[in-house]
Amino acid sequence: MEVPILKQGHYVIASVQSALTDADLRQLREQITERVGRFRSKGVIVDVTVLDVMDSFAVRTLRDLAHMTRLRGAETVIVGIQPEVAFAMVQLGLSLKGVATALDLEEGLAFLDARAREHLTGGR
Amino acid sequence: MAGETVQVITTDADVVAARQRGRLIAAHIGFTIGDQTVIAAAISELARNILLYARHGEILLEPMQQSDRVGIKITARDTGPGIKDVPRAMTDGFSTSGGLGLGLPGARRLVDEFEISSAPGKGTTIIMKKWKL
Repeated sequence: MEVPILKQGHYVIASVQSALTDADLRQLREQITERVGRFRSKGVIVDVTVLDVMDSFAVRTLRDLAHMTRLRGAETVIVGIQPEVAFAMVQLGLSLKGVATALDLEEGLAFLDARAREHLTGGR
Repeated sequence: MAGETVQVITTDADVVAARQRGRLIAAHIGFTIGDQTVIAAAISELARNILLYARHGEILLEPMQQSDRVGIKITARDTGPGIKDVPRAMTDGFSTSGGLGLGLPGARRLVDEFEISSAPGKGTTIIMKKWKL
């Protein structure tokens, strides 16, 4: 099932609505990378609140997505990882190393806003 | 308790179906949401391995009942190329597919019992058991 991707200001927001197949995940990765260029976005939020499991492929694809958007000038934040999903990920040995995460959409937006302000004031 | 459920694995949608069915059975057995997630994740890794290496196989899901405990038995079997070096395939970070190499060792960490039998040309069968605490 396709993930709706919305543009909001300088950000692109993808809200996962249901379980994702590998093909869905790949499509999400390609579409977000493309939208970042089309909308000249500075930030990406991927909301995975509804995902009830993340296996090695899902984690790898989200990590690749984050690294690809960073190479195109946009920071990605993964938001909404459920506590039991986080537990299973840790047991599996899966990490989102180098990828920003936040509790929910609100925190994700706050993270991107803070980062944008740092950039304006010349910090990093 | 219900008998076994078989999920054929030939597409990536079957991987999703297998883990969703596994979660439902685990919920029915009375596993916590946390354990249901762990079981779904373990099934996902095994189903993914079938798709990746054998292209075709199946996942069997069976409730288990012993005198004082209940659990779930998950069998993943295929008639694919088999695994040349089983101990190595069970090592974190080892992959012949360019993946993360965490599928099998990761799945083993998620369950209570894990058995693998495989030989080149003879396919692979993995049996995982998880007991309800």
